[in-house]
Amino acid sequence: MDLLIKNGFVYDPINGINGERMDIAIRNNKIVESVIEKNSKIIDATGLTVFPGGVDIHTHIAGSEVNTGRLVRPEDHEKDFVRKTSVTRSGVGYSIPSTFTTGYRYSLMGYTTVMNPSMAALEAKHTHEELNDIPMLDKATYPLLGDWWLVLETIQKGDLEECARYVAWMLEITKGYAIKIVNPGGLESWGFGRNVHSIDDQIPNFGITPRDIMCGLAKVNKMLNLPHTIHLHTNNLGVPGNYETTLDTMKCLESIPSNGKPVVHITHLQFSSFAGEDWGSFRSGAAEIAGYINNHDHVSCDMGQIIFTDTTTMTADGPFEYTLYQLSGHKWVNSDVETETSGGIIPFHYKRKNPVNAIQWSIGLELALLIKNPWKVFMTTDHPNAGPFTAYPKILAWLASKKARMATFKRLHKKAQKKSILPSIDRELSLYDIAIVTRAGQAKALNLKEKGHLGVGADADVAIFDLNPEKVDIANKFRTFRRAFTNTAYTIKGGKILAKDGEILQQAEGKTIWLDMQTKKEIEISEEIKKKFREYWTVEYENYPVSEHYIKNSSPIKIKADV
Amino acid sequence: MSKINSVTCPVCGCLCDDIELTIADGIVAQVKNGCAMCEAKFFSHSNEHRLKTPLIRKDGKLVPTTYTVAVRKSAEILAKANYPILYGWSSTDSEAQRVGVELAEEVGGVLDNTAVVCHGPSILSVQEVGIPTCTLGQIRHRADLLIYWGCNPWSAHPRHLERYTAFTDGRFENSEWMSYLNKVKAAAGRKKIKSLERKGILKHRREREIPTVSDNKPTEILDKKGRKLIVVDVRKSMTAEIADYFLQVKPGKDYELIQGIRALVRDQELDVEEVAGVPVEYLQQLVDAMISCDFGVIFFGMGLTQSPSKFRNIDVAISLIRDLNMRTKFAIMPMRGHFNVTGANTVFTWQSGYPYAVDFSLGYPRYNPGETTVVDVLLRQESDAGLVIASDPVSNFPRKAVEHLVKNPLIVIDPHMNATSLVGDIIIPSSIVGVEKEGTAYRMDHVPLPLKKVVDPPKGVLSDEEILNRILKEVRKIKSNRLEAA
Repeated sequence: MDLLIKNGFVYDPINGINGERMDIAIRNNKIVESVIEKNSKIIDATGLTVFPGGVDIHTHIAGSEVNTGRLVRPEDHEKDFVRKTSVTRSGVGYSIPSTFTTGYRYSLMGYTTVMNPSMAALEAKHTHEELNDIPMLDKATYPLLGDWWLVLETIQKGDLEECARYVAWMLEITKGYAIKIVNPGGLESWGFGRNVHSIDDQIPNFGITPRDIMCGLAKVNKMLNLPHTIHLHTNNLGVPGNYETTLDTMKCLESIPSNGKPVVHITHLQFSSFAGEDWGSFRSGAAEIAGYINNHDHVSCDMGQIIFTDTTTMTADGPFEYTLYQLSGHKWVNSDVETETSGGIIPFHYKRKNPVNAIQWSIGLELALLIKNPWKVFMTTDHPNAGPFTAYPKILAWLASKKARMATFKRLHKKAQKKSILPSIDRELSLYDIAIVTRAGQAKALNLKEKGHLGVGADADVAIFDLNPEKVDIANKFRTFRRAFTNTAYTIKGGKILAKDGEILQQAEGKTIWLDMQTKKEIEISEEIKKKFREYWTVEYENYPVSEHYIKNSSPIKIKADV
Repeated sequence: MSKINSVTCPVCGCLCDDIELTIADGIVAQVKNGCAMCEAKFFSHSNEHRLKTPLIRKDGKLVPTTYTVAVRKSAEILAKANYPILYGWSSTDSEAQRVGVELAEEVGGVLDNTAVVCHGPSILSVQEVGIPTCTLGQIRHRADLLIYWGCNPWSAHPRHLERYTAFTDGRFENSEWMSYLNKVKAAAGRKKIKSLERKGILKHRREREIPTVSDNKPTEILDKKGRKLIVVDVRKSMTAEIADYFLQVKPGKDYELIQGIRALVRDQELDVEEVAGVPVEYLQQLVDAMISCDFGVIFFGMGLTQSPSKFRNIDVAISLIRDLNMRTKFAIMPMRGHFNVTGANTVFTWQSGYPYAVDFSLGYPRYNPGETTVVDVLLRQESDAGLVIASDPVSNFPRKAVEHLVKNPLIVIDPHMNATSLVGDIIIPSSIVGVEKEGTAYRMDHVPLPLKKVVDPPKGVLSDEEILNRILKEVRKIKSNRLEAA
């Protein structure tokens, strides 16, 4: 049956719609011009806010790292469990929810598309098996390619075309969506327990620098016409004073031709905007970073906002997790993956009364508020690194209401309060801005044409919130706003009503979006490479690719590459 | 006759995926590259004693029945049960394991896998202190110090050394197979001389002592360049024979020994002469080798997990690795036995949050090893039905636990008849995963590998996944009927 959402306040920034009272018509799984009212199911959205379905550009929800995180934290699950119902599976939370629970919780907040940002190509089958078990959401995943030996070798040779062909091949066989780069060069160095400390450090055994990798892959990204930019986790992440490295990183990519569009997405920027010489003199570098981004158009970023809670950090940045282990002495997982990447996990409790954590909290918000253009900075927590995704409504309240952030600010460590410039920032995001930083901007950065908006032809992914923007001033009534965004009134995905008033009505499978790379020359894997394959990995060439068997609902996007 | 390359071997946690099979007349005729266990497994599908129809117990005797009846009866047992156990899972594919979790949740049972009598303690320790580890290729490329502790890969994981560790060429490290060859030759020579001496052909030559590695004294070989292989075990296993250095630990003294090593790694003085029977001086030499390596790794097996002090052994072994990482790069990895026990832990974890011993009886996943572990449930005589799949608990559980398992209705799903099927009430034969059914398995380092279907299963025999799906469907039907009736 057709669906008609009547008379809601619609926020659709991609189509420039700012809170107009409109009807949204849905036929099958698409948004259409109109439907016949008497043949449709009507949702009366009078006095409600209508958003496109949420899009999350960076959230660790599946794969070997996430799952090892689940395995090492039974104490995280015990405090947060979910019963089986007649429509939903049971599961556990809190910071690393089990797969089904992840899907339900995202759906309850109005999200319909999420991106899993970190996948070791060797373990790609695992990631996809888990993604299959995450219902309610469309998903995509980024393979980690920044420290892959074949990338390092081809960049060292200076043969970017060959590099591009390898990357295209890798994206296709791992069913990936974008090039993920984590601490370029650092992960290869970590193979022998070392790290790189600037973008011009030599990478042992390869004779190139992180700068070469980032510039090389950004160019490769262009050559392949990939929908997203390179997705970058910077060098020196989590180290005091690293904002200079981040500035260097952004500067080194200035020369990549961009046509006014971003060429790099720097993810969880909060962790890369630290100033100061050590933890004692730790302070925010957000103003410098934001200043740069305001003056340049080749960078987009997401926040990686800290939440004061007990969470689990997990990243491919093995050396960074080792640093965290040294700081906390907590249980430490390291997992290096041959020829490709590394990884680490540490449980972490961010505390208000810890000056460093408190300043980190401030940095995330400073970035989001000081970067003037909301199409450049998106709301994430780098789930679960800086906090679980279930805390998004809190962050939205901090962004939309100075009152909300000052309420938290007052409870921070005194030293952090003194150092922070947050009280001087008066900017408050409007609902229109919120729609950009939680869906429209992210969909645009990912170039997902059918997501993040409500124009005709878009996927029928809609989130309806119980909030009357005419009656409620979100800056003032931030608690009402937060509550409304915690559970949607309706979550509609693919034209189906999945959740209503905080309850899951039905379980639906999402699609897995991946890039079907069309290179000019057929990517040929020569016998020599196959031989090399056997030397580089401990699995056979035939057993490496992710076959369609591993993807329940496959949704390939054809990409014509220039190589 | 046809050849199939790059087949993954469904036997042990090594998951060698370079097996070449020759198929003739629908059966496996030749196995190349595999070890003896691999060959046995691939040939087993054409075993004439294989069960081809389900059996059901009537008047104390197992009589043939159909899949429909067997599935319906199984579903009835599970739907009726108050606290069923669903155990095994380690020798089937992750596709079947996924259905297994759903079934356990549907019937409110206790879901457990063979890790409970194997590397369960390792998991407990990982949950305590984490685990610095890596994939096996990382070891092939980089490791110059390999330590096997309480395990004997030569017998249990025969191709581990040649594919992943000491006898493989990596980017930064080379194979040590020449030295291994020399050692094997020397060992064979020694044996020959001994035999000749016994027969009196050769005169006994006491004076010429051939150095062996069993006396705990570290040789200068620990200072050599290239890969070094060290074995720590209570007895001189086959792996120890080919090692550069064998350290014999007294049974039950592993914990003490590792703590001693930890102290030395942390530069603490030990004011004793020996630790766990090993002179401190020798230990110091061992520690020097550990610290001065570029990349070291410890593999551990049942010798550590199932000897006295169990998970505390692993706890302290992992802590040693944490300490060593302050000095150099070190990793640790459990030697997982069944080919997909890692997969069982993995699948259970992503669906329920917990790797084994998951209790769904309250409608949500609950995990409390010691309480929700299957052996303990059986010992407390709490379960009232059982489903055993892809394992044989009757031959390795404690007798008391087996007694309770047998007392209640018992469903067994397995390709072969084993001790558990002999005492079961419903026996459902399944196709052999990785031979007659494709699927996915996880290697001991969590690398997923596809399993191939190389021959057809016997006519009419279903896969684990299919059988479980049918049982699940039937259980749901019974439950909804029950709801309607109420």
